Amino acid sequence: MDPLSPLALLFAEPPAAQDRETKLQRFFGQMAAIRHCETRLLELFNAGLVRGTVHTCLGQEACAVGVLAALDREHDIVCSNHRGHGHYLANHGDFHGLVAEVLGLPEGVCGGVGGSQHLHRRNFYTNGILGGMPPVATGMAMAEKRLGTGRVACVFLGDGAMAEGSLYEALNLAGLWQLPVLFAVEHNQYAQSTHWSQEHAGALHERAASFGVPVSEVDGNDVEAVHAAAAACVRRLRGGEGPAMLFMRTYRLGAHSKGDDLRDPAEIEAQRSQEPLLRLRQLIGKPWADAAESHVRQAVDSIVDGLRRQKEAAR
Amino acid sequence: MSSYLQSLNQGLAAAFEADARVLMLGEDVVDPYGGAFKVGKGLSTRFPGRVISTPISEAGITGLAAGLAMRGLRPVLEVMFGDFLTLCTDQIVNHITKFALMYPGVTVPLVIRTPMGGGRGYGATHSQSLEKMFLGVPGLTVVAPSLAHEPGALLRHAVLADASPVLFVENKLLYGQALAGGTDDRLQVVQMDDDSGYPTAVVRNLPGSAPDVTVFAYGGASRTLLAVMRRLADEEISVKAVLPSKLRPVPLAALVAQARESQHLLIVEEGSAGFNWGSELAALLYEALLPGLKRPIRRLAADDALIPCAAELEDAVLVTEDKIEAALLDMLS
Repeated sequence: MDPLSPLALLFAEPPAAQDRETKLQRFFGQMAAIRHCETRLLELFNAGLVRGTVHTCLGQEACAVGVLAALDREHDIVCSNHRGHGHYLANHGDFHGLVAEVLGLPEGVCGGVGGSQHLHRRNFYTNGILGGMPPVATGMAMAEKRLGTGRVACVFLGDGAMAEGSLYEALNLAGLWQLPVLFAVEHNQYAQSTHWSQEHAGALHERAASFGVPVSEVDGNDVEAVHAAAAACVRRLRGGEGPAMLFMRTYRLGAHSKGDDLRDPAEIEAQRSQEPLLRLRQLIGKPWADAAESHVRQAVDSIVDGLRRQKEAAR
Repeated sequence: MSSYLQSLNQGLAAAFEADARVLMLGEDVVDPYGGAFKVGKGLSTRFPGRVISTPISEAGITGLAAGLAMRGLRPVLEVMFGDFLTLCTDQIVNHITKFALMYPGVTVPLVIRTPMGGGRGYGATHSQSLEKMFLGVPGLTVVAPSLAHEPGALLRHAVLADASPVLFVENKLLYGQALAGGTDDRLQVVQMDDDSGYPTAVVRNLPGSAPDVTVFAYGGASRTLLAVMRRLADEEISVKAVLPSKLRPVPLAALVAQARESQHLLIVEEGSAGFNWGSELAALLYEALLPGLKRPIRRLAADDALIPCAAELEDAVLVTEDKIEAALLDMLS
């Protein structure tokens, strides 16, 4: 990507000292760009240009943007899951590599081998097996600790993966050996089509503490709060105080994957008033937000349209 | 002459000595216990902080070891019994091997060591040879040294020089055995290296004579097979054993070359019959040797059954010296 393109600037490392307004504007731009990219990917899917599946993070952009802003995106490790586009974009700002990968083009970040759920670039790794990455991320954190690099690892998971046993093995190992790993839970309420209350006993946010892993609960649709809470967790990790869990309450506005959303439309509609872009828009002012949104949409469209033409020409 | 166990212990120590990135994890591996079968005994004392006893979390520690390998270390994971690999399978099949194949530029230099096999009365869940379940996993190297190998050298190679994930299968009954081909051993052992670092051993009981039968086997089956070969030497029955240490990928060229020396071919393995190493090897040999092959390839494996605890019941299921000898004599009758 051209380093001076609007998206490259938006996702470049920010200056060390940033006033609140600039920071929030930056968060808004990043979330708007991710939202628009996800919307365009669904459109490409519906046009028959994407093989397999796509899992979008519509409504969860604040989790991706807030957590990644608290990490050293150049050096820290991020492990992600099937719903990883937002994490990837918030980490690398690489819209071209992601969209090309989902389209199965050779210039995709994994050459089309990975597809939507298997992305890797530098220190970023996603895989499509729920609950499989927490032990891996824990091992990566252990390696960095032993090698004394000062890097930390962050692994994203949802409430669905909190029903997988391997998560608890990882929490135990991380707590036992005080490893610098952040378990970033996006409690988006749904495991595919099943509401979390139908598959979990007890309180999800209380589980990690029994492994000596402190839990920081936060409104996952408030990007500023997510960032602050994630930053506090990361300080703990870097200070050698062991792992942490960031428990973000959010809501998946879109379907599990490309279509088939059987939830009550009234429930989804009610959640729309709480979604992160809308809330931040109210905070930073609508005219500015509208202009910024239009700006990033154009930039995303230019990448997506170019790749779409390429894909169509190759068919 | 060192034993299989001593060789492995020395090989591990050599790897620790050669590369500070090497570490070992597993259940109860720290001294004084030193692991259920003592393969790593003494290492935690010699290399403080580099041998780590873990919780009983096979899935978790397998994933953890993968993470260590991907971020610059050279972990060796000891899985206490090979039967427990079922708990590690998601990490092996859907993570470790996938990472190396689907992420550009990523390697997972991880060695998972584990003892397989029966004969000690441990019963159904601690006696199996489950390696056949991992022979169909793309991207995984499966190694199983026999008594005719230098197991420690193979292990050192896997840890220090192999960038791919390796499942390293040891056999419980081999641990206490002396390695074959020593000065007082009547068997002749020749290592055929194919540059992979995992040689195929060729063992003859009557060197210089054309073999009446060529037997393909690996790992634990080498104990029973070599014992039978020593016995048959007295009866002037010439048997050649071809023992690859690398089960997957199959070192096919070397095995086909060895197969051409006799018309009687037998494949022996300790694991259960059906959908196993021998099935694949027989198919590969037929493809390579037909139409020159005059006789069907015979196969011998444990019964496709549960492994019982009591000695007589276990012997009835597993491959024994008597069963190998009977198969050989039957082929030559």
